[in-house]
Amino acid sequence: MVSGGSANRPSFLDRALATRLGCAAFQAVAAAPLFREGLPVSQEPLTQELPPHMRPEKSFQGLILALQRFWADKGCVILQPYDMEVGAGTFHPATTLRALGPKPWRAAYVQPSRRPKDGRYGENPNRFQHYYQFQVILKPNPPNLQELYLESLKAIGIDTLLHDIRFVEDDWESPTLGASGLGWECWCDGMEVSQFTYFQYVAGIECFPVSGELTYGLERLAMYLQGVDNGYELNFNGREGAEKVTYGDVFKQAEEEYSRHNFEHADIEMLKRHFEDAERECRMLLEAGTPDPKSNDQRHKMVLPAYDQCIKASHRFNLLDARGVISVPERQSYILRVRELAKACGAAWLETEAGGKAA
Amino acid sequence: MPELLLELFSEEIPARMQRKAADDLQKLVTGALVDAGLTYEGAKAFSTPRRLALTITGIPAHSAPTREERKGPKVGAPEQAVQGFLRSAGLASLDEAKIQSDPKKGDFYVAVIEKHGRHTTDILAEALPAIIRSFPWPKSMHWGSGRLHWVRPLQSILCTFGPETEDPEIVRFEVDGIASSNETRGHRFLAPDAFAVRRFEDYAEKLEKAKVVLDPERRKDIILHDARDRALALGLELVEDEGLLDEVAGLVEWPVVLTGTFEENFLEIPPEVIRATIRANQKCFVLRKPGTTDLANRFVLVSNIEARDGGVAIAAGNGRVIRARLSDAKFFYDTDRKETLESRLPKFEQIVFHEKLGTQAERIERIVRLAAEIAPLVGADFAEAQEAARLAKLDLVTEMVGEFPELQGLMGRYYATAEGKAPAVAAAIEEHYKPQGPGDRVPNNPVSIAVALADKLDTLAGFWAIDEKPTGSKDPFALRRAALGVIRIVLENGLPLPLLPILLPHLDRLEGQFDKTGVGFDLLVFLMDRLKVQLRDSGARHDLVDAVLSVGQDVDHGAQAARGASLTGAVLTYTNDVPLLIVRRVEALGAFLATEDGRNLLGGYRRAANILKAEEKGGERFDGAVDPALLIEPEERALAEAIGIALPAAEQAVSREDYAGAMTALAKLRAPVDAFFEKVLVNADDPAVRVNRLRLLAAIRSATRAVADFSKIGG
Repeated sequence: MVSGGSANRPSFLDRALATRLGCAAFQAVAAAPLFREGLPVSQEPLTQELPPHMRPEKSFQGLILALQRFWADKGCVILQPYDMEVGAGTFHPATTLRALGPKPWRAAYVQPSRRPKDGRYGENPNRFQHYYQFQVILKPNPPNLQELYLESLKAIGIDTLLHDIRFVEDDWESPTLGASGLGWECWCDGMEVSQFTYFQYVAGIECFPVSGELTYGLERLAMYLQGVDNGYELNFNGREGAEKVTYGDVFKQAEEEYSRHNFEHADIEMLKRHFEDAERECRMLLEAGTPDPKSNDQRHKMVLPAYDQCIKASHRFNLLDARGVISVPERQSYILRVRELAKACGAAWLETEAGGKAA
Repeated sequence: MPELLLELFSEEIPARMQRKAADDLQKLVTGALVDAGLTYEGAKAFSTPRRLALTITGIPAHSAPTREERKGPKVGAPEQAVQGFLRSAGLASLDEAKIQSDPKKGDFYVAVIEKHGRHTTDILAEALPAIIRSFPWPKSMHWGSGRLHWVRPLQSILCTFGPETEDPEIVRFEVDGIASSNETRGHRFLAPDAFAVRRFEDYAEKLEKAKVVLDPERRKDIILHDARDRALALGLELVEDEGLLDEVAGLVEWPVVLTGTFEENFLEIPPEVIRATIRANQKCFVLRKPGTTDLANRFVLVSNIEARDGGVAIAAGNGRVIRARLSDAKFFYDTDRKETLESRLPKFEQIVFHEKLGTQAERIERIVRLAAEIAPLVGADFAEAQEAARLAKLDLVTEMVGEFPELQGLMGRYYATAEGKAPAVAAAIEEHYKPQGPGDRVPNNPVSIAVALADKLDTLAGFWAIDEKPTGSKDPFALRRAALGVIRIVLENGLPLPLLPILLPHLDRLEGQFDKTGVGFDLLVFLMDRLKVQLRDSGARHDLVDAVLSVGQDVDHGAQAARGASLTGAVLTYTNDVPLLIVRRVEALGAFLATEDGRNLLGGYRRAANILKAEEKGGERFDGAVDPALLIEPEERALAEAIGIALPAAEQAVSREDYAGAMTALAKLRAPVDAFFEKVLVNADDPAVRVNRLRLLAAIRSATRAVADFSKIGG
């Protein structure tokens, strides 16, 4: 829900899930039929058959693998994380661009998300400048998406007759992407563990068919499943004793170092320059990929590289924001500039094959 | 008589939209029945997070047959006219028309259009899809590959119609691929299977068995009573919260009330913060120690399931989230107190208040000056008012207010108190936002008054200066509320504060090119309109308000501006910008008009005014001085003398703010005015005498203007 911040400052308690991630390289997908029927919902929880170190309630990576396995079984392409810094998950081309156009699409992936401003020098057990989200996108959304989501909770060991699962209104909006959707925060015993959104607009373009998007906040979900109050104490590999590796073992030093970088040392002039370079490059690439009016093939030829530059610009903006050098009116103008890039890329995407344009 | 049952089953509907949606459904469906010529006995709509349900009883099975005769062209009329008639009446040929004779007009065709009554099921099957397609959700969406818009995906439609004694039939229709049926589902987790129903009676009953309480009022009742009982069992008291109760009842189909605990050391956090945290983020209630405002380290949560373990895991889970939230709140509270409020001032140089009105820092500076100017007029300590005004907005950049905007002001008060600021200063930080609405308290501590007035008047002056005034229903900056706040503060505190001498110099401080005097007067008119609304709402006669307000409005603007420019010249004689004095005048005028003298004087005034109106039609004015040499009759001499005494007496009384005294002075005119009209003929033969008498009448008119414009008095 939108809260009216009085001093133009976003609150950060819920920011962990307020934006989503981006993702991976594109793989060819066989054209699937338009799914009007719901996907089959299986009955048995999957966790019992797993060895202890793979169980989602014992292992952070076990949680990720269980979700991947679950959504792979539902016909999703399981992508690997996108190789760029993204702060808002919807920036991922597998979500932003694939949500546009008529072609069916199903993908699931983990994406590291970077929120420079959320760094706390490793001192806050709930707030990281780098964390993981598990993202699922289904276009068009199957009619039983809510049931599939609930089934995925069972697959990671959440018993819906023991825990109170709730769908609480939470409409989502990304001003930088010109994107918005309607949906819910999904609560488990009062904790927001996922966001569930039906995309309505992306890059300023109305979505048809509509994608259903699920975003699981992995650290938070794992903390709940493992029963720990400190994110750094999460068991990462599910092992015990000397073999045990915690989330802190993997990421605490990184949180400390990146907090210094994000707040104190990132070169402001360089970031500003990079923002402008990326903005220019994005426009140049879009221009260069525009088909020759005399050509037989009227499809756009360079949307994905252009879109990478949009992602780059966005992250540079986030770093500048963390450095505290962006005034309120400037902030608005930066957001608008990224949105213009996203909109141009979205419009060009519809002119490509994956965007639904015939040769 | 038959009854209708309709249920629209969907994915979770936002709690805040459910009640209105149920009302809208009832209105739209009953409206469609009435439009189709059907009657009904009763209707009731319900909502849960996943369904809107409607039952309408006593609907006839058919609409009544109708018979209409439509007059056509004359026999032998041109073919074109005949064809048009056949088309419009829906006849195949003239054979289907009757011929009627009229003694004057001759023979002409008549079409008899008989409509059989329609089956109500057909009427419904036609009307309902249209209602569903155009349902007035405040925000709706589409999903999948469908084109239907609904608040969240619509999953199924149940619709039956029939008499109580038989099995009702399904009203068959389809909306975007969803076919109506007689089936629904129970609770998402506790009873997810589909089941068939016949009519409302067994529908509600079966739902209840399937763990769905259909009626939101009953859900609220269950929650409230169980929550109170739970509190009582713990020796505590529920902090009741109607808004939260409404919302929570819209989040569950099967309310199960549980309690949970958090660590006692969190109680160091201000109770308002604990409550805001638990309420906003977790939708839980807080508990307090009986008869105190001290919170207990317990909370009440409303779950949607009867859990296998009796709710132990749910309460524990919610407790963990609340602990994490309170840890954050405590962290904010501790962090915020590490720096003084004052040290945050530079941050406001970066925050734009409005693009045309500069930064928050500039606004704070203006409020400080204004509060300092108002302070001596309202009995506030000058230094305290300045300090409070400087600190009043600074909590906006604290962590806590960033998280909970509704705690603005209150946190400032806590932080200022912790810094050892004077109690009046700390209180003013909280109270300067008041009154927030008609039900809100008005501040009465002088420092709070000074800062509250400064804040509101600066807002008003600023938006007036950039011409962003409220229009119609649009008031994005809540300027009406600010103006009403100003009015209420001065009235309820009995402050005879003149507004123009405060506003005009303040407008001078705003940047930009605008007509400062004009804007100042325009804003004064707006404030006076709020005063009128306020008086009318409290039962005062608005004609008396107008009568009082309209005197003195023709005063020379230049002179007023000159006076306004020097604030120190505390000459409070001009009473039209002093809301309190206007109210006192209205009260005195009302009291005067309730007396016999008052009523008669009003009668005399009207007689004089009517004569003058007729005489002044030609453009001639009679405002000149009365010539004593031309006064012949004793009654006119007496009247002139009485006016000569009453007018200055009334004016003097007004200048002493002694409105009762002014009315008493005017009352002395009543007898001479009566006598004058009884004995003296205004239309004397001698034109000079006549003009002099008209001038005497004009003198009556202007004497009454010392207190009010009598022409505005109605009744």
